[in-house]
Amino acid sequence: MSTTRALVLRTAGTNCDAETVRALELSGASVELVHLRRVLAEPARLEEADLVVFPGGFSYGDDVAAGRIFGLELRHGLLEPLCRHVDRGGHVLGICNGFQVLVESGLFEREPGQHELPPRGIALHQNASNRFECRWVTLRAERCAASWLEPGLLIPCPAAHGEGRFVVRDEAVLRRLEARGQIALVYAREDGTTADAYPANPNGSVRSIAGICDPTGRVLGLMPHPERNIDPWHHPHWTRSALSGARTEGEGLEFYRRLVRAAAGTRAAAAVP
Amino acid sequence: MSPATTTTAPRPARSAPNAWRIEVVRRAGVDDPAASAARRALADAGVSVAALSTVRGYLLPPELTRADAEAAAREVLADPVLDDAHIVEPGHAPAPRPGVQRVLVARKAGVMDPVALTVGRALVRAGLAAGAGGPAPFTATFRGYEIGAQGGAPIARETLLAAAKRGLANEIIEDVLVDDESLHFGPPPPSPRHQLVRVPLREADDARLEAISRDGHLSLSPAEMRAIQAHYRSIAREPTACELETIAQTWSEHCKHKTFTGIVDFEGEVIDNLLKRTIKAATLELDRPWCVSVFHDNAGIVEFDDGFDLAIKVETHNHPSALDPYGGAGTGVGGVVRDILGVGLGARPIANTDAFFVGPLDLPESQVPKGCMHPARILTGVVAGVRDYGNRMGIPTVSGGVWSHPGYLANPLVFAGTVGLLPRWAATKSVEPGDLVVVVGGRTGRDGIHGATFSSAELHEESEIVSGAAVQIGDAIEEKRVLDALLRARDERLYRAVTDCGAGGLSSAVGEMGAECGAEVDLELVPLKYPGLRPEEIWISEAQERMVLAVPPASWERLAAVFAAEDVEATAIGRFTRTGRLVLRYHGEVVGDLDLGFLHEGTPRPVRKASWSRPAFAEPGAPPARDHEGLLLRLLALPDIASKEWIVRQYDHEVQGRSVLKPLVGARMDGPGDAAVLQPLSTSRKGCALACGASPRYGELDPGAMAEAVIDEALRNVVAVGGDPDRTAILDNFSWGNCEKPDRLGALVLAARGCHRAAVAYGTPFVSGKDSLNNEYRIGERSIAIPPTLLVTALSIVPDVARTVSMDLKRAGSRLYLLGSTRAELGGSHYLALLGARGGTPPRPDLATAPRLFRALHRAIGAGVVLAAHDLSEGGLATAAAEMAFAGDLGCRIQLGLVPCPDLPAGFDPDATRLYSESCSRFLVEVGGGRAREFEAFFEGLPCAQVGTVDATRRLCVEGVRGGLVLDVTIDRLRSAHQSGFSS
Repeated sequence: MSTTRALVLRTAGTNCDAETVRALELSGASVELVHLRRVLAEPARLEEADLVVFPGGFSYGDDVAAGRIFGLELRHGLLEPLCRHVDRGGHVLGICNGFQVLVESGLFEREPGQHELPPRGIALHQNASNRFECRWVTLRAERCAASWLEPGLLIPCPAAHGEGRFVVRDEAVLRRLEARGQIALVYAREDGTTADAYPANPNGSVRSIAGICDPTGRVLGLMPHPERNIDPWHHPHWTRSALSGARTEGEGLEFYRRLVRAAAGTRAAAAVP
Repeated sequence: MSPATTTTAPRPARSAPNAWRIEVVRRAGVDDPAASAARRALADAGVSVAALSTVRGYLLPPELTRADAEAAAREVLADPVLDDAHIVEPGHAPAPRPGVQRVLVARKAGVMDPVALTVGRALVRAGLAAGAGGPAPFTATFRGYEIGAQGGAPIARETLLAAAKRGLANEIIEDVLVDDESLHFGPPPPSPRHQLVRVPLREADDARLEAISRDGHLSLSPAEMRAIQAHYRSIAREPTACELETIAQTWSEHCKHKTFTGIVDFEGEVIDNLLKRTIKAATLELDRPWCVSVFHDNAGIVEFDDGFDLAIKVETHNHPSALDPYGGAGTGVGGVVRDILGVGLGARPIANTDAFFVGPLDLPESQVPKGCMHPARILTGVVAGVRDYGNRMGIPTVSGGVWSHPGYLANPLVFAGTVGLLPRWAATKSVEPGDLVVVVGGRTGRDGIHGATFSSAELHEESEIVSGAAVQIGDAIEEKRVLDALLRARDERLYRAVTDCGAGGLSSAVGEMGAECGAEVDLELVPLKYPGLRPEEIWISEAQERMVLAVPPASWERLAAVFAAEDVEATAIGRFTRTGRLVLRYHGEVVGDLDLGFLHEGTPRPVRKASWSRPAFAEPGAPPARDHEGLLLRLLALPDIASKEWIVRQYDHEVQGRSVLKPLVGARMDGPGDAAVLQPLSTSRKGCALACGASPRYGELDPGAMAEAVIDEALRNVVAVGGDPDRTAILDNFSWGNCEKPDRLGALVLAARGCHRAAVAYGTPFVSGKDSLNNEYRIGERSIAIPPTLLVTALSIVPDVARTVSMDLKRAGSRLYLLGSTRAELGGSHYLALLGARGGTPPRPDLATAPRLFRALHRAIGAGVVLAAHDLSEGGLATAAAEMAFAGDLGCRIQLGLVPCPDLPAGFDPDATRLYSESCSRFLVEVGGGRAREFEAFFEGLPCAQVGTVDATRRLCVEGVRGGLVLDVTIDRLRSAHQSGFSS
């Protein structure tokens, strides 16, 4: 199996690029960090990648709305090559601001194979608390189109955002997401049961949704940050559990390992027309 | 479905802005937490409204077609799921709706608006406005609040206006309109046209000199004005406006530290340069080889590991934060981050620390002095400012504190600090004649220019416009872009020196960089936010997010490309020379030509008188407490002690993924950690611990003892988590009253000497510092000074992050040890403050014992025998034990009779003293039973005693010295008291 090549896109205000690159590299990917301007100038660069990653941050200051301007740039300059990338088997990951950007881009609601976007039915709204909050949450992987995620997998990691409340236009949108296996990650309590209230559900998301995928399972976005739980001492309880000295890594690394493995070789498939 | 882009039946209005107006509102049924917050804010300001909805407003260029304006609303401004947009054409106003009152809040002309800049650029990107290559079109933003019918009469316009001004806006930077649609649209008016201004100084008498300084807001003393006059007499010409401004900026207290480096007559003893004889002397005497760069650059630099060093700087940003807490604190963060970008050849910021000193948070609104904001509003504002700047830049805010005291009511203090990481080769800089002077980052506007200059009487009439624009507003993403571009250019070694544009703007930055050689600058080359700035305005503007580089001409082309790739403007505005002069031109005309020797060395050094006398209070001792439980619960809820979780969670303290020990620790992540620990390099197991200490209550009683105690506290905090006391650097930040007054200066002398004694005793050099010395507020005839405030920040190397210790109790059955002696030192304690008693002896560390104790604890932590450690500070043993217990979700039992405590004088209740004394150099330490002897061996000959045990009762039980329980309280009560300190 060939090494997974990941392209991490950054722009003004991207600020989780370094830890995201590190998590991908520790998971075995070969990673290139590129400024959005360069990819807009040469969209063909997406063809060199198995995995395109939109890391966290405050792109353009989150001015107007989180991810709005970056999303606009994707729709205007990169939508077609991104759709082609997904349609030929490539993966896309958006974390936090990257998730907000992907929601703005419309990629989650696209019919596979189509380049026309339907009207958007999902959004990431201001947190119910009306403030930015940084706190540890537990993610639980759901049975979904992203088959590389093992259902039931629990990933404790920090959430840090002000606009992460997943909302839908109406119930029909939610049913459609469920029917197509798009609900990928939910907020859970430490014991793995679904979070039903703040702060385990940190932002008031409907159905405690923390992350979704597109119907192919190859485009995934989530608000919390698995890349911030990589080292044994990232977890807030490590000084308590380390009494045994057992921790060798953070639970977030497994998330990246699975993704990098799933994305491996998709670029090679594309190289043969 | 796209957002409804309705056009509400507009009405032409002469006063309405000539701009497309897009008003974005939440769609019916969509939750709007911002509306709830606005309703609360109005209610706090005295107006209760039943229904309120929010409007996010944008003014776009009138040149857009209707289709473009609709596309802008749909594509850029409104969310298709959450929002509706209303579009109003230029020159029109939305039709009034019966029963709806509208409050609009808009920035004053010329006040920086980062969102508007982003919208302008987005219009270009979406192909809705031309602008490729040129500047983006001008746009503006505003906020609206629509208040629904009350079922009765509308709210009186004046009442609503007053409440909106208090609760929804900041009048210094914003206009508030009620049922009035006359929003301003356009850049600020230009300054009167430039003519070369010479200030007639040579023949002026003292009164005239004083008037020139005062009217020009130069803040130059009579002696300084006379020195300038003598200089210009000697060169037989008058100064230009640019020259005088440059001298004023360079000689300002902020830049020159005239008081700290001046001559002090302390009760007959002459001290030539207090800074050099105390703070710097300690560093010099200690001569630590790991100090890479101290006191001469924008930050201190110490060795770290693996070819990397750490830089650290802490700044004060007091006055701007009093005027505009949000913007002031934000620019405070932005400024100190630029210090780190501007140290050596630039460091990568990896952590922020922020400390706030505010008035009483529960003060009745009626007692807030005229012209001041309520302390709670100030605190909320500065927290939001730090949050938005730090989070946007992606720098974790990991450390800080809040101190509340009546003395800060009119003079809140804001300290912002940053730690940076840089490769060792980048620690030094140089400037060569011939290098280009390059300014990078944000554009220059009238930001931070204080009012008018000397010559133009007309300018005074415009002073309102000018002062509106004078407030500095930050744009964190501009600074993030600068960071991204600068560090890439650094690693390609494209420049030889860098410094930030802070106080004094370009005048200070270029003046400092060119100090050894000379520089010439063509001011018309500086990119401007809007036209119409005079050359001296360009030269001293404190517009944010700018840095100055010295670039070898051969590197210029590549450097320009690196910055362009990150969307950062880089402009060559001049050259460094070998003339020893600072030459300023504007469109070819010389508007300034200064001798750099005079500029940097010509400041006169007057002798200032200083004296100090101990405040006359009777010794209150330590009165006995009748209700220890009630007292402890009140202590835990004091702002200085209570949980800062509401603040900490608003900061992204995890970004960059370097966190080892977070600000909040323990089983439920609610324990107040002593210090944050980071792992700066993933390739090294070494960490760094960051913490601070301050205690203004001690400072009022004995500034010298306070300085020693505060250093001890900062060190306790880093040592408790595993920091090496022999690899710890400290920083001093003094905020003081007016040091022209002998008692204020006398207190400063004592504190500075305390700093020297303690730093030498502990072996911890000062590597950087900053002072802010004019914190007084005049109410009528009375001038109120803040309490003497020294913030000490400690940065310590943790030899192995895997050995880091947190403060939460870990295991039932383990032992609790108390390190250090408890003494009759309750002066300035929170215990006495709660009892309403003043005076007493404040704590003072035993400088012979404490350093040995710290080293012993460090060795014990290194040996892995410490399960938990917590320093004893505000509230003493009682609060430390309570915090450890609830943080660990465990219980403990403590016997006060076992606490190491020498015989107490009369008047000191033995239980109260042991529970609440804030004596220095003490720790409560949890040790597993099996390793007790090993632990004790580290402390031979030092005060160390087992005082209790850890259990699973989830109660804190304390036995008094005479036996019998004096305290028996559940940790749930302790925790909820600790969580209850801030009502917001």
